[in-house]
This record gives sequence, structure tokens and C-alpha cells, in this order.
Amino acid sequence: MSNPLIDMQKPDVIFAIGTNMTECHPVAATGIKKALAKGSKLIVADPRRIRLAEIADLYLPIRVGSDVALALAMAHVIVREGLVDLDFVADRTTGAEAFFEHVGRFTPEWASKICEVPAADIETAALWYGKADKGAIYYTLGITEHICGVDNVQSLCNLALMTGHIGREGTGVNPMRGQNNIQGAGDCGAVPANFPGFQPCNDPASVEKFSKAYGRQIDGEKGITKVAALNLCGNGIHAMIINGENTVVSDPDRHHCEHALKSLDHLVVIDIFMTDTAELADIVLPATSWGETDGVQTNTERRVQRLRKAVEPPGEAKPDWWIVSEIGKRLGAHGFEYESAKDVFNELCELSPIYNGLDWDRIDKGEYQWPVPTKDHPGTPILHINEFKNGRGVFKVIGYRDPAEVINDEFPVWLTTGRRLQAYHTRTQTGRSAGIDYLLAEESLEVNPADLEAWGLKDGQTCKISSGSLEIKIKATEISPRGTVFTSFSFADVPVNILTGSGYDPITDTAELKVCPVRLEAIPDV
Amino acid sequence: MIAEAKAELKVMTMTVDNQTVNFTEGETIYQVATRRPGKEIPTLCYDDRLEAFGACRLCVVEVEGVRAPVASCTTKATEGMKVTTQSARIEKYRKTLLEMVASENRSIDVDPLSGYASQEFRMLIDHYDARTGRFAGKKSGTSNTSDKNPFILRDYDNCISCYRCVRVCAEQEGDHAINVMNRGFSTQIITEFNRQLRDSQCTFCGQCVQTCPTGALGDAKALRAVEVEGKIEKTRTICPYCGVGCSVDIMTRGQKIVGVQPAMDGPANKGALCIKGQFAFDFVQHEDRLTQPLIKQEDGTFKEVDWDTALDAAADGYRKVLEKYGRHAIYGVASGRAPHEAAYTMQKFIRASFGTNYIDNCSRA
Repeated sequence: MSNPLIDMQKPDVIFAIGTNMTECHPVAATGIKKALAKGSKLIVADPRRIRLAEIADLYLPIRVGSDVALALAMAHVIVREGLVDLDFVADRTTGAEAFFEHVGRFTPEWASKICEVPAADIETAALWYGKADKGAIYYTLGITEHICGVDNVQSLCNLALMTGHIGREGTGVNPMRGQNNIQGAGDCGAVPANFPGFQPCNDPASVEKFSKAYGRQIDGEKGITKVAALNLCGNGIHAMIINGENTVVSDPDRHHCEHALKSLDHLVVIDIFMTDTAELADIVLPATSWGETDGVQTNTERRVQRLRKAVEPPGEAKPDWWIVSEIGKRLGAHGFEYESAKDVFNELCELSPIYNGLDWDRIDKGEYQWPVPTKDHPGTPILHINEFKNGRGVFKVIGYRDPAEVINDEFPVWLTTGRRLQAYHTRTQTGRSAGIDYLLAEESLEVNPADLEAWGLKDGQTCKISSGSLEIKIKATEISPRGTVFTSFSFADVPVNILTGSGYDPITDTAELKVCPVRLEAIPDV
Repeated sequence: MIAEAKAELKVMTMTVDNQTVNFTEGETIYQVATRRPGKEIPTLCYDDRLEAFGACRLCVVEVEGVRAPVASCTTKATEGMKVTTQSARIEKYRKTLLEMVASENRSIDVDPLSGYASQEFRMLIDHYDARTGRFAGKKSGTSNTSDKNPFILRDYDNCISCYRCVRVCAEQEGDHAINVMNRGFSTQIITEFNRQLRDSQCTFCGQCVQTCPTGALGDAKALRAVEVEGKIEKTRTICPYCGVGCSVDIMTRGQKIVGVQPAMDGPANKGALCIKGQFAFDFVQHEDRLTQPLIKQEDGTFKEVDWDTALDAAADGYRKVLEKYGRHAIYGVASGRAPHEAAYTMQKFIRASFGTNYIDNCSRA
């Protein structure tokens, strides 16, 4: 997030797109509710009539995968109505001219046909956001899990740049991170393009720095993504080590994923449960869990916070860092003689410029949001205040593209996927917590009641989703719009990822989990 | 510049127990008195995160020139005001009030597992030595025993109508799931149409439980451990679920995790939680946990081995692939759920052992 969570209470206009915040980030959503109570306006763009849509001042039920068209048309209106922050654009950005000319063609009427919402509502959204003193954008995976995920994000950045809604309190472009430490995994350099602290793998100085620190020459080019690696299993990739990820359930295309992992010569999985992924491993190593491990995690607002051990782990379970280090030592790698999590974290701080000002003791109270470059630095709650990391904010000329697969006569229904409040990911944790079943015992496919009637289906009936052979109980609800159905990926008996994700964003390799054309067929009651 | 800022800010003064203190326009007597001179003023209906409500009347103070005691939580401080927070008259008034409130409840002592604020009432009763039984008679509030939800105990026999639950649900959560029916002795906290919580707007975030000062709303999950022996210890940590990063206290008795309470001073959550952070903790000590390193046998089953055997075999497997296929045949996947130390050592393992950048995490799924 460019801005801290507390800023959610401060904008005049909040534009929430592709985020089911009340279910996926419920505590963050309370900030928006407080803003509304103080008089802020909320614009929600989401295919589903989620709770956030219910409390919105303006709700745009856009078709799945049409986000770029919406953003282009909003930019069109902002230019046409003279709502561009000319000073900000002149002082802080580059590429504005080409972008403003580009959006000239994309009228709300044009977008209306793609997004399937009234042009007047697109116009209103643009006017509200454009005229706001403080406008803030919030988004989640509804924006990124598309073949055009990067385009979606950059489209939102364009809106923030042209209105100057960034680098100030109560503004910004704010992705809500879905996992407790997914931000931290990136911070730590567990990505193919960056060393710790986002130092690029193809930057010679960084390569030299880490080659020296780690005692061996490291490649001066980016690695491949996990998606690419899975595609190469058995044909280039022959061994993997997977820590705390139920890859075959959470990743797109389960069959492909299982096949990939099975074709490895050697697979080590480090986890707390025997997940479907661990079942495929040659060696499974038991890790300590949350509540048993001292450590650090970074939240969605870049706040670096301490995890503390409350109880002893079961049996022989060991901290992940210890397990990985022991394998490293046995392979003759240098620098794995850690005695504690503190040793590991302090090494990270030394090597990462955004953490240079931090150490184990300094983060005790969780006061700091990175970057914290020096020991006397107060942290950086708001990014981009006087300048962007790379100097100027760059407008990107982006065009609308259809999803990888679109509805047709054979598959006439849009399927979109997501999470539910009471379940987390593949339920390895919430599924094992007493009482959760009382509220959410099984998966269901949410279908608009009018569609059920039109398609000859009934509430509570089990249906088959094609292509594929997924069977699922139907739930009639107005949350689903006509022609679009929804389910979550949390339940093992409804592995919806069998169906989704045939397309990938060309830059990030993120799968298109949010859009999949399907056909529903009734299964006769036995 | 600081001097200018000060000049713009309208600073006013008042006295609290003969001590002169500054305050700014809009502050209440309670805020001024408890924050600056650090006076202790008893309250039951007050929660720092909520709008002051003025229901319990325990926070009354004497204001010079005003005949009756005034509720400090709802009365704004004014220039030159002279406030007394403790006097024989005030203390007697508070004690009588507590005696009356106590008379309406079934019990004063509730288990601390009930919730974060559950001991507030008992502590005040003891502080004011108010277990006198001087008043007796009509009770207020009736427990709901038909609601079978496994998270929130609805023991309204112990309700004192402070409305903290109603207000936290509305003001903090914006859910408006609970409300008040009737008045006086018939006051009853209910859901819309008096349904079960599951059928209301309730999201089971547990905020009502944690703000309840009497345990009338109790943490049913934590209360399963009433019989577990040992002192309740609290360990401050961060919730393991989404990216918001809410601060929580894990409650343990001995080596058993018995519950979770929100940290009121958590930088990201200020005391708020959701159902997952509040109630979905028992995966940690679940019987399905892996407890021993495992190696797959020829027949596909796993065999338990010791650490040295497992780690040697793990390293051996990579060595063989390295020899046969080279450095770029090995790939690492770090977790977005485990701490920094896991992700950091994983990327270092790949880079330091094989010299490649063949490392990723689960953020693309």
C-alpha cells in the first residue's frame, strides 16, 4: 500500500475495485465504514453485489475482466472535464501527453458496452474521484488475477497520477495483501527478479554484493517464476523445495500442477500439515507453526512486526529457517550458522536498504513502516511524498483486452472465484478450527435467482460445472449478477482451480483465476 | 514555526483536583483528567474507541458551581473549570450505584477467559467494597440459551445495559447486528427480529465479547478451557491470516493455547479483529500436525525418520540433481505464510547453494 491503513478513514472519495474487503480483510474494511460514517463517498466496482457494494454510494457492477475499460473511460472524463491536476502532472510525471491523447477515444459510452454498466455511472465515478480533494484507490486480487493484471494496476496508477491522488495523506493506490507475510516474502527476496530489499538480480552492483555476502557467484540475470518452473518440471526442472504452500490446491489447474510435481526427481516439502502437496513429496519436514515460532512479518502497509512464540511445538517440529539452513549446510553453502531467528532477521536488515534502519530489538513494538534506511529514520507511512522511487511517475498507454477465454454458446456463463469470510485459502487452518463448520460447512455455487429459473436449475440442487467435472451445490443469491456465478477455492471437495487459470499475465505470470467461461448442468436427483 | 502552531491552537486551562492542566477545545472532562494528570475515574460503559455514552454514571465528578455531580465522559471541559474527581460524596454515590448494578446480576465473578474487559465490573465492585447485598429484588436481562453458536456466549443474566456491545458493533464494525429491546429492568440485548446470531448481520468478529465488562457476552471457545489448570499467560504476536497484520495476545494455560484476545494498542488494528483472527486458532495444536520428519518409501507410504537422516536425504537429492542436470534444475518456493526468517533463508539457500535466482513465493496464485 502506498498509504497506511489508518488513512482509510481519511479520503473524501474511496474507489474500491476488485476487493471484497469485508470478507477478505474485515478489519481494514472497518476503516472504510468509519470513513463513510464521517461523510466520505464510496465507489465500488465489482461484478458481485458484495457487502461493500451494499454500503457504497455508487456501485458499478462491471463485467468480470472489464476493469481496464472502466479506468480508461474514467480517465477520459477526467481529461474532458478539466479535472487533471496540472501542477502534479507537470512536476511529478512523464508521458502524460500521449496518455491524454490515448484516452480521448475511450468514452463512457464505449466502456459501457464492455463493462455492462450505464455510461452515466462511469461518468459519475470519474467526476467524484476527479473532483475529490483526497481520493484513494483500494484493490485486491480482483484486479491482479487476470491476464491483464499489470494493465489493471497501471490503469489505476494512471488515474492516481492524473489527479494527483498520491503521495499525500488519505490518497494513494493501495493493494490489500492477502496473506499475512506475502509482503514480507517479497521484502526478503524470495522472488526471481530481486535480491532482498528489491535490489534487482540483473543489477551488477547488487549481484556483486550478494555474491560476496553469500560466498559464491550468483547469476546476473533474473530467475524464472514459479509458474514457469512448474511448466518445466521433468524437462529442465528436476528438484524443488516448497515451504508452507499447498501448491496443488491453491494454484491454477490442479491436474497440471500434480503432474508437474510428480515428474520431479526430488521434492522436499516443509509444512505443518500433510497437505495434498506434501503427499507428493519424497521428503516431508515438520515445521513449527504460528504461536510456536519467533519471527517477523510485514503487513500490507509495510509495517514490520514481531511474531512471538507462546507454546512449544509438537514432537520434532523445527522452525523453517533452521530446517532450510541445515540442508544448506549439508550442501556446503556458506553462512547458515544461525542460532536464532534474531540472527537471520538482523542479517536481512544489514543487506536490505529498506530495512537498514531496523533490527530485531527496534521492531519490538511494530512502529516502523519501511523504507527505514537509517537507525534515526522514523519510517515511511506514506510513499511517494515528494518523488517517486524512480524519479517521475510514468503514465502507461494501455488498451483494453478481452480475458483469455470469453463466454460463447458452449460455455455461456462467467465463473469467478474468491474467498469467504470464515475460510482461509485451502482450509488447512480454518478447516481445523473448532466451530468454523457451524458457519461454513460446505462450498456452494452462488447463482442469481433469475438465472436459476432461466436455466431450469433450483436452489439447493447439485449441478455440474463444465468443462471439467466439478459437482457443487447451488445457492440462490442476489450477490451474483445475471450471467455470472461465484464459488471459493477453499474446499478440497470442490477444487475449482481445476477449471480456472488457463491464461496468465505476460509480465507477472499471475494466473487468470477470476474469469472462466463455464456451462452449468443439472444433475438429476437420485 | 512551532510557536506559530501553538498560537493557532486554542489552549485552555482547567484544574483537576487542584492541579492546573491544559486542554484543547472538544475534550471531555474524563479525557483531560485521565490522560494528563492520569487520574483514575471508574467507568463501566466507556470504551476509548467508542463515542462516550453516559449510561453508567460511575464517572461522575464534582464541578465547582454545579450542584449535582456530572458525568465526566459526556461533559466537555471548559475554560477555568474546577473539577474534583474524588470526594466522600462522589465515592459514596459510586458505591451505591455499583451495589444497585450488582443486585441486578446473577453473578459478579466470571472467568477471565470470558473476554478482554470481562473483569472490569468485578474489579470495581471489589475496589468499592460493594458486595454488600444491600439491594435485592428485580433482575434484568435474560440469558439466551437457544443460540447454539460455538463462539459467543450470550449470558444476558449478567448484562448491565452499558450498550458497549451494541455500540462496538455499530461504531467499530459498522455491522449493526445487535440492538436493544425495551427499557429499564426489561432491557434486553437482541439481534434483529431476535434471531440467532448466525442468522443476523453478525460476522463473529468477537468485538462485543471483548468489550463486555461483565462477561455477559463471553468467549465460548476460550471458556472451553475453564477446567484447564494453570495461570492464563498472554503472548503478544500478530494474527496469522490476512495481510492487515492485527496485533493479538495468544492466551495460554501451561502449554495449551486456550484463546486469542485483540491487542487494544495494536498499530494496525487498535483492538479490532475478525472471526479468523479471533476464533480460528486451534489448527496450531491440532492432532493432524506433522511431528516427525518423513521419507517416502518405495511403496509410496511415508516412514518416520530422525532429523539427521531426513536432512541428509534432502541434501543428497539436491546433490544428485545438481550433478545430473546442473544448477538450473533446482527450484525453491518460499511461503507467504511463514515469517521473514523462512523466506529469507529459502532465497539464500537457492542463491548460496546453487548460485541461481530460481526462487519464488506463492504471491502469483
